[in-house]
Amino acid sequence: MTMTTAGVVFVLSLVAALVAVYKPFGDYMFRVVSGTEQSRMERGMYRLVGVNPAAEQSWGVYARSVLAFSAISILFLYLLQRVQDKLWLSLGFDPVVPHGAWNTAVSFVTNTNWQWYSGESTMGHLVQMAGLAVQNFVSAAVGIAVAVALVRGFARSRTGELGNFWVDLTRIVLRILLPIAVLGALALMFGGVVQNLSGGTDVTTLTGGTQTITGGPVASQEVIKELGTNGGGFYNVNSAHPFENPTTWTNWIEIFLILLIPFSLPRVFGRMVGQNRQGYAIAAVMAILALASITLTNVFELSGHGTVPQAVGAALEGKEVRFDVSNSATFAAATTLTSTGAVNSFHDSFTPLGGGMLLGNMMLGEVAPGGVGAGLYGLLILAVITVFVAGLMVGRTPEYLGKKIGSREIKLASLYFLVTPALVLTGTAAAFATGNNSTALNVGPHGLSEVLYAFTSASNNNGSAFAGITVSTPWWNTALGLCMLLGRFLPIIFVLALAGSLARQQPTPASEGTLPTHRPLFVGMVVGVTVILVALTFLPALALGPLAEGL
Amino acid sequence: MRLPTWLTQHLAALRALLVFTVVLGLAYPLALVIAGQLPGLSGKADGSLITEGGTTVGSSLIGQSFTDADGNPVPRYFQSRPSAAGDGYDPTSTSASNLGPESVVDTLSTDPEAASESLLTQVCARSKAVGELDGVDGRRPYCTTDGVGAVLAVFRADGLTGTVTRVVSVNQAAPATPFVSSWQGVPVELARPGEDYVAAGGLIVPVRGDAPAEPAVPSDAVTASGSGLDPHISPAYARIQVARVARERGADPAAVRALVEKHTTGRSLGFMGEPGVNVLELNLALDERFPAR
Repeated sequence: MTMTTAGVVFVLSLVAALVAVYKPFGDYMFRVVSGTEQSRMERGMYRLVGVNPAAEQSWGVYARSVLAFSAISILFLYLLQRVQDKLWLSLGFDPVVPHGAWNTAVSFVTNTNWQWYSGESTMGHLVQMAGLAVQNFVSAAVGIAVAVALVRGFARSRTGELGNFWVDLTRIVLRILLPIAVLGALALMFGGVVQNLSGGTDVTTLTGGTQTITGGPVASQEVIKELGTNGGGFYNVNSAHPFENPTTWTNWIEIFLILLIPFSLPRVFGRMVGQNRQGYAIAAVMAILALASITLTNVFELSGHGTVPQAVGAALEGKEVRFDVSNSATFAAATTLTSTGAVNSFHDSFTPLGGGMLLGNMMLGEVAPGGVGAGLYGLLILAVITVFVAGLMVGRTPEYLGKKIGSREIKLASLYFLVTPALVLTGTAAAFATGNNSTALNVGPHGLSEVLYAFTSASNNNGSAFAGITVSTPWWNTALGLCMLLGRFLPIIFVLALAGSLARQQPTPASEGTLPTHRPLFVGMVVGVTVILVALTFLPALALGPLAEGL
Repeated sequence: MRLPTWLTQHLAALRALLVFTVVLGLAYPLALVIAGQLPGLSGKADGSLITEGGTTVGSSLIGQSFTDADGNPVPRYFQSRPSAAGDGYDPTSTSASNLGPESVVDTLSTDPEAASESLLTQVCARSKAVGELDGVDGRRPYCTTDGVGAVLAVFRADGLTGTVTRVVSVNQAAPATPFVSSWQGVPVELARPGEDYVAAGGLIVPVRGDAPAEPAVPSDAVTASGSGLDPHISPAYARIQVARVARERGADPAAVRALVEKHTTGRSLGFMGEPGVNVLELNLALDERFPAR
């Protein structure tokens, strides 16, 4: 079998697995977020937290709960890093510098997991497991909770209530994320991912040199890093590290875990609004965009354009032998189509157009299938915009699932869409205006791509990088921290406000003039609107970076 | 006493975070650390360490450099890929090169601190070195015979257009010989260290040359991995090293080839990933079968 054939079978096997779990796993998640029965552990949690699980929240209270939880999390994570030298398992590392601690705290709480530091030489084991890994769980749960609240807005009528954030958070963590994490971690450990508290083992190599074999609670963090679309590696080189991703089949599992929840959430949406076909339509939009992107990334990487790949004979710089070009390209596409940002190869050394695809994936707003929760709410916003555009074309009041898309709704959806482009483009411009682009490793168009990639990744809460750029300076840590913070929480506020106004409405019964939102026509329109909006917004920037380099 | 709502929310948040920290940040990972000590998982959870004669010599998952103290390849061992992790295969400083696909112009300088090699020149230099070590043709497209990137800065009369006025081979400085003597009728000059020909308006033109499209030195031998710790080399790279290793150890090449075969991992389930040869395990097996004379 050639590498191309094997790569195609690899992608098809992932598609088959995701199709197979869509219904059962989606139905399971639906029962988790809509059920009311409580386990003893959950009752204990509610008592300790001091919430009444039966009390529902308005969108404002829901949003304030999300923000309060995230603010406290940032503060806690910041302090944990600042005092790590006084704590257990610090491995003798110094406290993290203030601007770095701020950046990392924001990064992990916003589900971005952008890393300015090298894990193996900066973070002690306690910070990794009790700080960073905990946020991997809860930031993922926050994303799913917000998506569920938005869907409740569509599903409910004439009510101000959107559910209870604390209940959603607890149930999602304990019933969805934790059980899969335990099973996944055991599977990864079986493949060779380490799970220990060792500070490192010094060995003498065959030729008499020395090497320190690092240790750490890696498997427990690795699994949730993928499952929660977080992406923050235990080690600097993330899933390229043999201790994070030792074999070709752990690589398959990691990609599967990345895509599992985002691709199954449309089922939850369909179940909650009482029409499974609406879920299929959303899943179809995600699948079309994702397959196109994965295919193109593979084509660009396997064709190996660019001077260095031509000289080498393959785009193999920054890639591992066991994954080679195709499985690296597939991982890279999956990680940028979601908000994961984990990498098993180094995007900076990809072919110009292959790297450009990865940038484009993030610029899509990470909706195909996007981060856990964030992908679903992002795509529902695009569906709302599509309904509006379609309504303008035929001169009817736009509605989606019986809810009128009036001026308040479309304003909120537009604001949501505008947040990330504003952050990405002003951030990139600011870096050049202040000369901070000079920390880029590469020169010319590729240097611009490094800066653009950094802001795109941070503002979309992805976390992957064209890693040649040095971002450990106070300016970069502060600027990217702000982008991550605003890129996460402004959209969340707009989404919850939209959910609130949808929930208040009385549904309009479908009439002949209603645009059916489960048909291929609508699926095609959402795909079109997504691609056109992104192309109009980012094409000039892409033309100066990857397109200038690759064409 | 009734607290204001903004405060109760933050107290609930703090309590929730503390509970989650205990459950997800301590109980969950520590339970898995304990599970890692179960039979079947214990060696793996501890890092797949390899012990040879009572001492730990490495991990079967982490690559090593098989070089001497000066960084020169030890010829009796199969060589790993180039590595950008620290000084090579340093797990405390993992890294990729992060150099882009059009990194083709070196920064030449008389000060070694200021000088830096483009990715293209690194590839060319490695290819030449491997070719010499293993007795195969080390030429590659876009590489000069002296092992740097074959790249010209072409100056034209009107910037991007017009007649060619000056041509510089940007990666070659004296005492090298330019890899082509003239370009469109204009003699090619050598680069002078410290000069930036791109800033001066030169158009960068990599030159393909007449090297074979499929070089004898495989691609993984001339590129650094993403982790800098890649434990594998491709079967093709192992193949070109067999003759040298067999000669150095006075072994039958066929027997060495059989050992390579034995330490080659195929694709999982026949379609996942690509085959690789575990270099450390192979070299350990060689030391056992054919101890150095």
